[in-house]
Amino acid sequence: MGNIKFSVEFSGGLQDLFGQKKIPIPSDKNEDQIQLPKLLPGESLKLKHVIDGLAAKLKGRNAKLKLFVQGDKGFYEVTPGILVLINDSDWELEGEYEYEIQSGDQVLFVSTLHGG
Amino acid sequence: MTATSVIELLRQQIESCEAQLRDLRQQLAEAEHDQQQEQTHDRLRHATDPHGDPLGHDMNFGIHDDFRSEVFAALSHVEADKPSAPRWPLDKSEYKRYGRQLIMPEIGLQGQLRLKNASVLIVGVGGLGCPAAAYLVGAGVGILGLIDGDTVEESNLHRQILHSTGRVGMTKVDSARIALNSLNPNVKLVAHTSHLTPESAIRILQLYDIILDCTDTPASRYLISDTCVLLGKPLVSASALRTEGQLMVLNNPPLRAGDSRGGPCYRCVFPKPPPPESVVTCGDGGILGPVVGVMGILQALEAIKLLTRNAQPPLTSEPMLAQPSDPPSLLIFSAYANPMFRSIRLRTRKPKCAACSAQASVTAKALESGSLDYVQFCGTVNPVDALSPSERISVDNYAKLRLAINPFTGMEPSKESHILVDVREKVQYDLCSLEGSINIPFSMVSHTSSHPYNEGNGRQQGAEEQTWVSSLRAYPDKPIVVICRRGNDSQITVRKMKELGLDNGGQRWIGDIKGGLKAWGQTVDRDFPDY
Repeated sequence: MGNIKFSVEFSGGLQDLFGQKKIPIPSDKNEDQIQLPKLLPGESLKLKHVIDGLAAKLKGRNAKLKLFVQGDKGFYEVTPGILVLINDSDWELEGEYEYEIQSGDQVLFVSTLHGG
Repeated sequence: MTATSVIELLRQQIESCEAQLRDLRQQLAEAEHDQQQEQTHDRLRHATDPHGDPLGHDMNFGIHDDFRSEVFAALSHVEADKPSAPRWPLDKSEYKRYGRQLIMPEIGLQGQLRLKNASVLIVGVGGLGCPAAAYLVGAGVGILGLIDGDTVEESNLHRQILHSTGRVGMTKVDSARIALNSLNPNVKLVAHTSHLTPESAIRILQLYDIILDCTDTPASRYLISDTCVLLGKPLVSASALRTEGQLMVLNNPPLRAGDSRGGPCYRCVFPKPPPPESVVTCGDGGILGPVVGVMGILQALEAIKLLTRNAQPPLTSEPMLAQPSDPPSLLIFSAYANPMFRSIRLRTRKPKCAACSAQASVTAKALESGSLDYVQFCGTVNPVDALSPSERISVDNYAKLRLAINPFTGMEPSKESHILVDVREKVQYDLCSLEGSINIPFSMVSHTSSHPYNEGNGRQQGAEEQTWVSSLRAYPDKPIVVICRRGNDSQITVRKMKELGLDNGGQRWIGDIKGGLKAWGQTVDRDFPDY
């Protein structure tokens, strides 16, 4: 996994939650680093690991955390109203949480807007 | 003080009424002008007087009188025989009015006729609905329906371009009708001056070919989408907040529920509503006029594209294939990003969708009986109630604390006796604030963990957060009064301050001002800006 480089982007207000529009992973900046699990040989990085890592950045700020993930079922699920896109296409087309991150991937989290 | 503010209020009211009168007079003049033109036009069309006819003028020279009268007899005969058969498919004035779009291959005569025969419904005549309606009326749709239960407010005018200063207080639907009628009197406007309800949705939406969702709450978005699926209508849905907008064309093609070739509906994309506390309105989050304007205009564009699809048959050498619908996508507009537009591919219909799958639970019967409660489905945010009455102070009592003369010292106002913390974001604090207050933005408060030693957010942030806490700790004796815009964030801040131990185990009073600066402006200081 050491060689995988990808990016996470936020839109629809989620950028305010993370204080960033885009986080390259791995990041040059220490404070942007997200914790990813140590993978065994042959194991691959999955989207759920990235979501857990992002959620960890919001820990201790419960009101904010709930705007990104809900943990009622014992694991983190993306909060309803947020679309997850992998390389500009709906993650349902790509395997959702189990999607294996490839080098160069762009993962985009979009919160739906309601104003009009 | 009171007398002058009454005078000022009356002046403002007179000014507003006069502006409204001016506006109405202008609308009247325009309407009269239109009517006059129409009558002149009709007269010209039905004129039989040959001397008024340029053709008759030419024929006066070098032609036998007998022949002339024969020709005229023949001409007038034709006209008398078929008085109603128009010579051209569109009215002459329509050729002129729509000329610039008529000459485009995407529209052409057939496209214009489709627009003319089409009816479009706009739900919500606000920031999205106004520009969308303007462009559809400009383009010459036959019938445009408008639904909204609200009245025009001053804070709408920077983006809701159909309304005007003189029409503040008028219903949005009526205000829009006035503006749209003066833009293009050929379009029939249908007014629905109350909000859409589950009971009325089918009855109203079935009258139209395409629906534009220009509303601003999740509940109305689900209701409109469900109804569109039940009635088989394509839906153009958009939304906007701050500097961003989103656009989707849903239920396109609008095939019946269970047909997987149909386009996804709002429920396919968002099966569960967002938590109510994550829904931010334009009033709270802000909105830039052109951002919502762009999205409304894109809705009008998508509606025109849908209505005129395949209007032009391809060239004869090419096989006659109906253009397939565009694959479902979400267009994201972000005014401060580069590039500003980004289109992402959406899923197809969800096999277990509650609205558009074979197992749909949303039925016309359930909708019309009122058993589907969309407001409950989407949830509501309960007003914040985090403090006990002894932790809250009314604006009147705070005014006394602040302005009243201390009976013991004789003169010193009590402003210095406490710390007033304003927790609005800095940009709002800079607009207007109470003298002597200090600004600790709520975002900074909510970033601060109540358990400082569990902080996992990096050193720099932790150090910064500590600053506001330690600066308050430096004056352990002064009571802390917290104020915000409406009296919600201030309560949460008081809670947080106590969790951080700033009340010294109950020795220092910390509380908030009920109703916030809004209440302050309404009851204590009428000059305090309301934004």
